[in-house]
Formats: sequence, C-alpha cells, structure tokens
Amino acid sequence: MIDNLPFIAVAALIIIGLYAVLFRRNLIKIVIGIALIESGVNLFLVTLGYRAGSIAPIYTSSPGGIMSYPVPQALTLTSIVIGVAVLALMLSLIIHIYRHYGSLDVRKLGGEDQ
Amino acid sequence: MSIMDFLLLQSPALIIAIPLLGAFLTPVIGRISDKGRNIFVILILAFTAFLVFILAMHVFETGPMTYVFGSTKNLVSNQTVIRILFEVDALSAFMAIIGIIIAFAAAIYSWSFMKEETGLDKYYTLMLLMVVGMLGMVMTGDLFNFFVFLEITSIASCALIAFRTNKGNAVAAGFKYIVISTIGALFVLMAIAILYGQYDALNIAKLAQSITFSFADKIALVLLVVALAMKGGIVPMHMWVADAYGRAPASISLILIAATQASLYGVFRVLFTLYGDVITLPSISLGWVMVILGLLTMLIGVIMALIQTDLKRLIAYGAVAELGYIFLAVGTGLTVLTTPENAANIAGYGFEAMKGGIFHIFNDILDIGLLFMVAGALYFATKESSLNKLGGLARNMKYTTVFFVIGLLAVSGIPPLNGFSSKLLIYESIFQLNPILSIIAILASIMLLAIFVKVFQSAFLGPALPQFSHVREVPKSMLIAMGIIAALIVFIGLFPDIFVTNVVEPAANALINNKEYVQWLTGGI
Amino acid sequence: MLEEFIKTLLTGNGFWNPLVWILGFIVIFLVVYILRGYGNASYKKGTSQTQSFLSGNPEYEKQFMHIKASNLYWGWTNAMKWIIDILKKMHTGNVSDYVLWFVIVLGVLFIFVGLM
Repeated sequence: MIDNLPFIAVAALIIIGLYAVLFRRNLIKIVIGIALIESGVNLFLVTLGYRAGSIAPIYTSSPGGIMSYPVPQALTLTSIVIGVAVLALMLSLIIHIYRHYGSLDVRKLGGEDQ
Repeated sequence: MSIMDFLLLQSPALIIAIPLLGAFLTPVIGRISDKGRNIFVILILAFTAFLVFILAMHVFETGPMTYVFGSTKNLVSNQTVIRILFEVDALSAFMAIIGIIIAFAAAIYSWSFMKEETGLDKYYTLMLLMVVGMLGMVMTGDLFNFFVFLEITSIASCALIAFRTNKGNAVAAGFKYIVISTIGALFVLMAIAILYGQYDALNIAKLAQSITFSFADKIALVLLVVALAMKGGIVPMHMWVADAYGRAPASISLILIAATQASLYGVFRVLFTLYGDVITLPSISLGWVMVILGLLTMLIGVIMALIQTDLKRLIAYGAVAELGYIFLAVGTGLTVLTTPENAANIAGYGFEAMKGGIFHIFNDILDIGLLFMVAGALYFATKESSLNKLGGLARNMKYTTVFFVIGLLAVSGIPPLNGFSSKLLIYESIFQLNPILSIIAILASIMLLAIFVKVFQSAFLGPALPQFSHVREVPKSMLIAMGIIAALIVFIGLFPDIFVTNVVEPAANALINNKEYVQWLTGGI
Repeated sequence: MLEEFIKTLLTGNGFWNPLVWILGFIVIFLVVYILRGYGNASYKKGTSQTQSFLSGNPEYEKQFMHIKASNLYWGWTNAMKWIIDILKKMHTGNVSDYVLWFVIVLGVLFIFVGLM
C-alpha cells in the first residue's frame, strides 16, 4: 500500500484540479486547478521511472547501484516548461480580461448565444 | 548528390526548421521594413510549400519515409537508442499539403487585411510558429513529440485568437481556448505516460508492434481519443469552436481550421496505426460511437448555425457541421475494419467511406477557408460584423460576391464543385451501413445550403443601403488569396478522379494497413 | 495525360463525371433559353405592371425594405423552438461547462469501453 502512495497522490491531485476547474467561478481558481492537474500528470510521469531501491540517474561520481529511468525525467522537464509558459499566458490574459470586464467571474465571459 | 536529392533527403527536418528560423528572424527584419517582412514570410512559406510538395510526391510513390533525429543504430537488438523519429507516410503528406496551402493563402491575405493593425511583427512570428506546430504534429512518428507540437500549436493559436486586445471578447475567447487546449493536452500526456509505463517506448511504430489490449491500454485509448476529439471540435465538446473562430482575425481562422483538423488526424493515427493490430475486438462498437458522435455533430452544428447573427460565428458552426461528416465517414470505415466476418467489406463500402472522409478533410479546409476569407473581406470593408447591419453589398464588391457564391456552392455539396465529390463518396458508402445515416447527412447538407443562402441574402442581396455607399472592393492581395483557393476548389471539382486516385487513395491505404508504417522496425534503418 | 484528367470518379456503387454534368447543364440551359425566347416580351411602362406587388402592403423607402438576418427563416425557427431553446441553454459560454461536457463524454466512453 505504501508503494502505491504516489499513484494515489496523482489521482487525488487530478481529481481536486478537475473539481476546481469545473465548479469554481473565479478565473484565478480555474488557473490554479489547471496547475494542479499539470502537477498531477508530472508526478505520474516521474513515478513511472522509479525502480525499487534505485538512485538518481546521474553518471558523474555516482555511488553505484541501479538507477531509475532517466527518460521519464526528461519528459517531465519538458512538460514543466510547457506548463510554465501556458500558465504565464493564461494569467496575462486574465489581466486583460479584468481590465475589460471589471470582474473575474467566469460566467460573465460568455453568453453570446443566449 | 544533386541539390534536389539533398533537399528530398533532408526535407522532414527542413520543413520544420525553415519556418522556425523564419519565425525567429521575422522581428529582426520587421525592424528594418514592413514590406520586407511580409515578403520574407511569404517567401519562407513558398519554399516550405515546395519542400512539402517534393516530399509528398516521393512518399506517394515509394511509401513511408523516416527521418532520424539522433542515433541511427537499428532497433532489432533491443538496446535502448536515443532518438526521435519523424515518419512521413501518405496521410501525413496529405495533411501537410493542405496545411501549407492554406497557410500560404493566409499569409498573402494578411498583407492587406492586417495592414492597419499594430504589433504585426508578433503576428507574423506567431503565424509561422503555428505553421511549424501544425506541420510537426502531422509528420512526427513519436508520441511525446506529438504532444510537444500540439502544445506549440495551441499556445501560438491562443495568442493569435486574442490578438485584438483592445476588444474584450477576443481576449475572453483566447482564454477559453487555452483552458480547453491545456486540459486536453494534459490528458493526452497522461495517456502517453500510461503507454510508456507499460511498454517502455514512445515511438508509434514500436508501440504498434508490442501493444496488447490490456486494461490500462483501454484507459489510454479512451483518454487519447476523447481529448484529441475535444481539440478537434466534436460535439458535445465543440462549444469553444464558435468562440475561438468567431473572435479571431479572419486570416487566423483559416489556419485554425487546419490545426483543428490536425487534431482529428491525431485521432485517426491513434485508432488505426497505434492500436491497429488490436482494434479488431472493439472496432464495431468504437466505430458506431464515432458514427453517432458524427451525426450529433452535424445536426447540432447546422441547427446552431441557423440562428446566429454574427457572421464568423455562423461560419464556425458550419465548420463544426463539416467536421461531423469527416468523423462519420471514418467511423463507418472503422466499423467494417478487420472484423473476420466482413473482411471482404473493407474493399467495399468501408474503404470508400475512408476515402470520402479523408477527401472531405481537404475540401472542408478549402471551402470553409474561402468563406472565412469572405467574412474577413466584409469586416475589412464595412467594419461591421453582425449580419443584421449589412445589406446590398453585391453592388459594391463584385469579386467578393463571386467568391462567396463559389464557397456557398462548395460547402453545401452542389455539383460540379469539390464538395459534391467528397460528399457523394460519403453518402454512397454510409448508405450501405444504414440508410438513415445517409438521409441525415443529406439533410445536413441542405441545411448548410439554407444557412449560407441566408448569409447571401442578408449581406449581399437587397437594396443599396445609404451607409454603405462608400464601400469599395477589398485590396488586391485579399482577392489574390481568395482567387487561389477558389481556383483550387473549381479545379478539384472539375477533375476529381485524378486527385482521388493519386492523393487520397494512398492516404486511405496508409491509414488502413499499418504494416507499412512499422516495416522499418524489422528491416532496420 | 488528358485522359487522366477526364476520367470519371468511381464510388463503390455509382459514378460521377463533372464534365458530362456540365455538358448536360449547358444543353438544358440552351433548351430553356430558346423556349424563353418564344414568350411575349412587351409590357406597358408606367402602369401598375412595373410596380412591385406586396399583397396590398405599402412600399417604404429602399433601405427599410431589406429583411434583416434575424428575421429570415422565421417559420422554421418558430417551428423548431423546442429544440433551439434546449440547445441555446446548453451553449452557456462558461468554460467550466465546456470541461464538464468533456468529463461526461470521458466517463460515458470509459464505461462503454470497459465493458467490452
């Protein structure tokens, strides 16, 4: 059970993140929800590369022994960078939206078909 | 080695690298002169189009071409090789052709359309980045690389949708687009992580060889298909399409359509190539799910389009309806694929349905692209975007009216234009599956005709209104761009067979049997 | 080379040749045009033969006679009001609702594929 703890944490992060995106009205809380989902997926990627009793996959002056897989860690780095760019874009869009609409309520942003 | 052989051999890398280099040089050249920057962008896209065409001609004749970024040791001894593989087969070349054609037309169109706006350096840079992302999405053979290019496309598209930051609703549409895109991309990443965790491979061909249909694979399949279908605008996740296409500048809506169809290409690649060996078990039910979603998309798209009063939102809902045709046709092909009982049917109506669906991707991008260009021309000439305020413009803008009539007839599938050829293939093949599907598809076509006749009446016909007496025809570069697309529409409409047998049939063949896609694994590179 | 251009497109159960269609269209158009020429081309100017007939309603200035886009297809939208109201309520414009639809479709397909 204790070995599955990272996967349970991944599921909890993604579910809490989805809850924040679906049921919260403040735009910034929606962005925080997306950041939570992204953290959950990154944690899932890193956890996949773990082998029991392994050390960090760094070659120089390593104390020997089996190493965890380095490929998921490279994928996670790419994903974190993409996530930072997307979060910065979303937050700057929120600043523009606040200047135009005067409120951060997500229900005020739509309604063109009503 | 001659220069043409060198270009052909390196073309998958050059197709990505040259627009990327152009994107980073555009602000530098933009400091010197504006006209020089526009000419530079058009030249970059023209050279990329030339490379795409020679690559496509090579791939249509000789089969998939692989390009290795990294070590070239072959894979048979099962040692870990560190590389990213681009694999261009006939379907990738097909999507790349239409993507670069529409991007080239959009660049020529933007010359006059965006001339009075500020911040054009950023506009052209982001447009080239969007083209890079779209071409990379369709040419890559590696799942994580597909995710990276998907994110590049959605970030560049979001910034371009929110380009007119002086209006509130464009920025709101950009925000909605980036939220939807990011959630879709994150679920795609989770599915890629599940597949990697099971098979220790990110390469599509290697995964296709070793995939079984275990429980985790089923989860990954559903996540990939639903998230990529959401990015592709399938009902009931289609609502961002109206907001995003309706508020973006018209020249960006063109490339956005091609980027949306590239996500649909992702669905087809996952279903037919990645899961190609194991899709026999659920193929009937998954195919029927795709058929029903396609039907819903068509019907809801046309009903919502009929009640709109904003011109670009109306065309966006029409684009959603056309996406339903593509999903419906390829779903019909999946229904009869590789089930042991009706293996003979794959040479019958299933294959015709796949040909119709893939042909319709090409026609849909051209037709809806022409309609968006006309909508942009109307906005440029009259500064009005609501249909309630327009009227009687056919007297002032004669060429635009002709192009709109061509787009109207093409979108609703009237002979002899290109919409009829692909829709005839779709009608005749889905009739064999179930006659009611064909009836609903023809009904949706008739309603598309009704919708665009409504636009024609309220914008172009009618008496000359006094507030539009100053309206002149739009500048020449917009007419040239519209003319290129209209000429292509008429050409494909008049000579459909040479296009279908040489371009669409290899693409449909490449989609159905994935043996050619994975054959480099056994033979080594 | 020319033969490849004018081949007919074969669908599984039918065929389509646009050049034959255009030829037929031109022939029928010529027949219709000749038949139209047999009609009576004279009319009286200045009488009520040249004014538009609006079922007895008065004709206003030209710019007020244009039917606006929201009023077109009134009969169809009125008859389909029940489904149009349902669809309008579905398209709220709220981005949380868009993600809610995504989660709903994800759940439905999970159950569907998991039962296979």
